[in-house]
Amino acid sequence: MGGSRTAGEPLPGTWFRGRWLPWLLLAPQLLVIAVFFLWPTLRALRDAFYQGDAFGLSEEFVGLRHFAHTLGSAEYGHALLLTLAYALLTSALSLAGGFALAVAVEGLRSGRTLFRTLFLWPYALAPAISAALWVFLFRPQVGLGAGLLEHVGVHWNPALQAGQAQALVLATTVWQLLAYNFLFYGAALQSLPPSLLEAAALDGARGWRRVRDVIWPLLAPTTLFLVVTDLTFVLFDTFGLIDVLTQGGPDHATETLVYKLYEDAFRNFDQGAAAVQSLLLMLLVTGLGVLQLRLQRRRVPA
Amino acid sequence: MKRQWLRRSGLLLLALLLALPLYAALIAASHAPGDLLGRLPWLPGNRLLHNLRTVLGAGLPGSPSVLRMLGNSLVMALGIALGKLTLATLSAYAVVYFRFPLRHTAFVLILSSLMLPLEVRFYPTFQVSAGLHLLNSYGVLIVPLIASATATFLLRQFFASMPPSLLDAARMDGAGPMQFFLHSALPLARTPLAALFVLEFVYGWNQYLWPLLTTTDARYATVVMGMQGLINAGTSFALPRWDLVMTTALLALLPPLLVLLLAQRWFIRGLTDIEK
Repeated sequence: MGGSRTAGEPLPGTWFRGRWLPWLLLAPQLLVIAVFFLWPTLRALRDAFYQGDAFGLSEEFVGLRHFAHTLGSAEYGHALLLTLAYALLTSALSLAGGFALAVAVEGLRSGRTLFRTLFLWPYALAPAISAALWVFLFRPQVGLGAGLLEHVGVHWNPALQAGQAQALVLATTVWQLLAYNFLFYGAALQSLPPSLLEAAALDGARGWRRVRDVIWPLLAPTTLFLVVTDLTFVLFDTFGLIDVLTQGGPDHATETLVYKLYEDAFRNFDQGAAAVQSLLLMLLVTGLGVLQLRLQRRRVPA
Repeated sequence: MKRQWLRRSGLLLLALLLALPLYAALIAASHAPGDLLGRLPWLPGNRLLHNLRTVLGAGLPGSPSVLRMLGNSLVMALGIALGKLTLATLSAYAVVYFRFPLRHTAFVLILSSLMLPLEVRFYPTFQVSAGLHLLNSYGVLIVPLIASATATFLLRQFFASMPPSLLDAARMDGAGPMQFFLHSALPLARTPLAALFVLEFVYGWNQYLWPLLTTTDARYATVVMGMQGLINAGTSFALPRWDLVMTTALLALLPPLLVLLLAQRWFIRGLTDIEK
């Protein structure tokens, strides 16, 4: 990000003096950040090391016990591996799909606007609402997709079959993410010189080679940006999608890290475990954020 | 030329396939519940208006009023979008047009909130909100979500790129900082503000986890978070009411979809500008 003409600062002398006015302007946002960002973060940091009694009357310092308990538990390891596999698989599929679609659409000689809309619209949907549409589509006995699967001999019952539930979550996530990747690849392609886009208009082996050798490398910055945003979306923003589709089931088969945290915090009321898992999620998202910053910095020519 | 037509047909087929979830919802929303048993009809029926009236009037039996949930979603989305824009504009203006101690620290603090989205700190944020007795109110749906690092950052870039001569001219006329803000800076920022409004409105409307945690009172339920309950309510009958469930789903996805489609053209242009 950051435009070429933004020096970042106005020239010296072109600003106002004032002692309290700037702070007054900043106050609302700083207040919200202090109360709903800093305080909760510090609270999670503290709670991770304390254990309260059943009545919430007293607390004792327990050191790393919550950490050891969480990191040593088989359920957490399972959720971690599942989440990573889910994030990597959905990101890879929707990146490849989004790139192919964007190249195909931007290479059209006419009708690009129509096709952009036709592939973009799922972007606006809430993941939970996308999930509701897919629930109906793949509801045994009622859904169109479920009927089709039954027709080809699949005993479709995602409420009981772990693999089927995972496939359903995977498909819905890719469907939603595809629009997002298509949008950003399309925008990046449109900002390339028109002569380069001609490669995308060619069909057959020659066009494919030029896409691979010319366009794909040129869009590397967009790909790097999308890898991190896709991973972040799948890791942290898919709670609603999973809650509506499978509620983490059957038997934890679709329980991601965020979903497990929700279960431990609001179903099992395990405050220590929830605080530790919150901290681990924060570490994970901070790591991804740092990665993104580094990748973006490298894009700026020295 | 022939190949272009081949490609166009392929893309069209794919687009139709990807639209199948939406089409099936439309079929369900335009039929009577009995028509949806067994094989799904191929074409939309004529009960859409009837179903819309039922959903917006009586609602689904055993679940909160859909009309009220839509209203709550609107309040939440507008509150978040306007709140984010207001706070971000004020902060960005202060950081660009004033020099004061700790200016940089304040800006970095705001940006750092980008590093930890609500989705990873929802549990402690819920605890703090509960401790402040904020649960079950419009305030808790909106206020914890109105800090915006992205909007502050983009508006700071915008203000910083405005020509310095503007400020000189305003000063010559004797304008103070607030006059300059209201009469010059704010009107000039119309376009980026409108683009950000679209983004933040969709963000606010589509919230799921936060309203689920903070509103146990059905009077504050939003339509997106209520979807799970609506499906359960709709399928608890001997004759499942997929007609009403899908009508509600269509109502819930329409506002952000309309906003995106109307804004699509300059939304993409805005993205290409950011990419450069």
